Amino acid sequence: MPTGTSGRSPATAVRHHIVTVVVENKAGVLARVASLFSRRGFNIFSLAVAPTDDERFSRITIVVDVESAPLEQIIRQLDKLVNVVTISELAPEEATERELLLATVQAGAEERGQVIQLVGVFEGRIVDVGREEMTIMLAGAPSKIDDFENLIRPFGIVELQRTGRVALPKLERRAGRLRSVTGGAGTDGDPTIHEAG
Amino acid sequence: MQLTGAQALIKSLEMQGVEVIFGLPGGAILPVYDPILDSTIRHILVRHEQGAGHAAEGYAHVTGRPGVAMVTSGPGATNIVTPLADAAMDSIPLVVVTGQVATTSIGTDAFQECPITGVTMDITKHNWLVTDAQDIPRVVAEAFHVATTGRPGPVLIDVPKDVSNSQMDWYWPSSLADLDLPGYHPRTRGDEEAVRAAAELILRAERPVIYAGGGILKARAAEALRALAERTGVPVVTTLMARGAFPDSHPLCLGMPGMHGNYTAVTAMQRSDLLVALGSRFDDRVTGKVAAFAPEAKIVHVDIDPAELGKVRQADVAIAGDCKAVIEELLVALESLGLGAGGLAAPGSPAAGRPDLGTWMAQLRSWQDQFPLRYDQEEGGALKPQYVVEALREATPDDTIVVAGVGQHQMWASQYWRFDHPYTWVNSGGAGTMGFAVPAAIGAKVGRPDKMVWAIDGDGCFQMTAQELVTASAERIPVKVAILNNAYLGMVRQWQELFYEERYSEVYLSPDLPDYVKWAEAMGCVGMRVESPDDVGPAIDKANSVDDRPVVIDFRTDAFEKVYPMVPAGASNDDIIVGPTQGEGGR
Repeated sequence: MPTGTSGRSPATAVRHHIVTVVVENKAGVLARVASLFSRRGFNIFSLAVAPTDDERFSRITIVVDVESAPLEQIIRQLDKLVNVVTISELAPEEATERELLLATVQAGAEERGQVIQLVGVFEGRIVDVGREEMTIMLAGAPSKIDDFENLIRPFGIVELQRTGRVALPKLERRAGRLRSVTGGAGTDGDPTIHEAG
Repeated sequence: MQLTGAQALIKSLEMQGVEVIFGLPGGAILPVYDPILDSTIRHILVRHEQGAGHAAEGYAHVTGRPGVAMVTSGPGATNIVTPLADAAMDSIPLVVVTGQVATTSIGTDAFQECPITGVTMDITKHNWLVTDAQDIPRVVAEAFHVATTGRPGPVLIDVPKDVSNSQMDWYWPSSLADLDLPGYHPRTRGDEEAVRAAAELILRAERPVIYAGGGILKARAAEALRALAERTGVPVVTTLMARGAFPDSHPLCLGMPGMHGNYTAVTAMQRSDLLVALGSRFDDRVTGKVAAFAPEAKIVHVDIDPAELGKVRQADVAIAGDCKAVIEELLVALESLGLGAGGLAAPGSPAAGRPDLGTWMAQLRSWQDQFPLRYDQEEGGALKPQYVVEALREATPDDTIVVAGVGQHQMWASQYWRFDHPYTWVNSGGAGTMGFAVPAAIGAKVGRPDKMVWAIDGDGCFQMTAQELVTASAERIPVKVAILNNAYLGMVRQWQELFYEERYSEVYLSPDLPDYVKWAEAMGCVGMRVESPDDVGPAIDKANSVDDRPVVIDFRTDAFEKVYPMVPAGASNDDIIVGPTQGEGGR
């Protein structure tokens, strides 16, 4: 279930969809979401969780593998969790996605210049420097992170961490394309998914 | 008013109108058992926690009200996991209260500690671990609300011992607004356009079938279903969970479809051009091989749970809503399309051009004549289980509540009983829980003391939960149990006979070990044994005359009898095997 750090398929592959789930900020809610995916045989590609600006709620950004199950079924099952408040679904091309990478790479005297140069090209930052190693931070679209990871790998990766994606809908398309599932209050009988706009 | 958490819990249950709790105390739930002594709620002390859960399910099945069970932490809680899973599969409203070790001990592997909210996360509709006594009334109100609204289901409230013991200021949530459920908004009414589209499909169909499921009963929609069937003239199949939702004696009733459904019900669905699925979920035991299921049928699917729509079979018209509300909307839509009361079409209306269903009904009748359910009770031959079921049916009031375990006896009961009233059939459908019958029958009798309650059980099932007859005797709950004793785990034996070349592996139980009559008597019941067809009627009459204690009849039935028709698991419903003597059915 957790994201791997190597051998990953391109992050922009169409089989992945982004589901943003606003949940009650209560104990055990993440376990309920994760358990639902496992129980129903849905695959999670990546997952990121953080409180929202309203402390009663957290936002879980899940990149789901829609080859494992129809997206609609995933969303409807998620909507049944009592602690799930709203669900929004974004196709990758409709989302602004960002991910953070932290990597400690081998960078002795000879390679150090090349590594710094590469980090500069990708607009990353060196956040820690040791005698033979450097720790790099890079934020960006997942595809950019993938590219960077591939280019930095030959230098020798000591440790690498990616956060999983967070995403918001692209603004210019938001009106027409955002599909969201609300709790359904007052939406008598509407079968779950509303096209906004 | 200051109360302890325990007092607040019992008071909250009283506020919810709870009449009876099925339970068994232990260390962590001890504080909650003290105020029960002063409560109006009846507590029924079971002999095993699984019995408490199934009894609460039986109670819920027949009353429509949530069943309540209370057990202690650790093994007490894990023993009620099976009833929770069972209730989740069959959408039974069930509220289980478990004790938990003190909050200060949680996570320390304390004595009788078990993380039961984690264990039951996937088999409850929702569960709560209460960490503050002040939350108890709100959580209880939330639990009952969640269990009984939308698609009903089981919930669990885990109450640590120190929370039960601490003080709180009493209050009662006066409205839904006082509950903390921002993500829970079940829908009931169907989408108007979709309902109209469904009505149009019904009026265009030449070979329609209403595929009625357990959701009809959950929605209290049996009358609405009958109105819809009679208005449209569309025949109805009732799934295992919907037996009784539409009267078997009604001319439009085709009976039960599925793996052991009758030929006409199974084949009507296969050949239909429109299936109107009402509160049914295209379970694998109904569809057989999904890809080959009802290949020409358009699908109207009504379910209160939107996740059921399109889960197994994509619907042409999917309606998320309560069955009763949607059927009533459908009737209005049919009316507006010109189909009036009595099925008469207004001249010039869309309904006037409706295909005549006469050919279809004639086809169904010919299948019914050609392939009825059948068995042969030979004079002086071994006692056939179906004969026992029919004899029971004839000798009891027609609103008798029938409770079954799981296996061959369950299928014979569902096939050979004639269900003419809703809420008279209690069984474990989705989960297939052996041992369900005895405790569920007790719960059903507690819920409907005015009705006769017969459990039709298998010998294998009976041995799993028979100890609850001690509960029934002690509490004067006069349930009756018919054991169809074929000395085998019969359904498994049937599969080994048909699919494993008669290699019988670990299915033999023995007809007289245990001695069921002595066992029944030891538990305070009347025990009887019947070995020949001639003795069946008198034994049943005697059992029916006993009203002060439970009765157990050990019917020694033919071990070689199999359940037919049968669609082998994973096969197409077209490959239905009608019976050993009739050979293959089919086209």
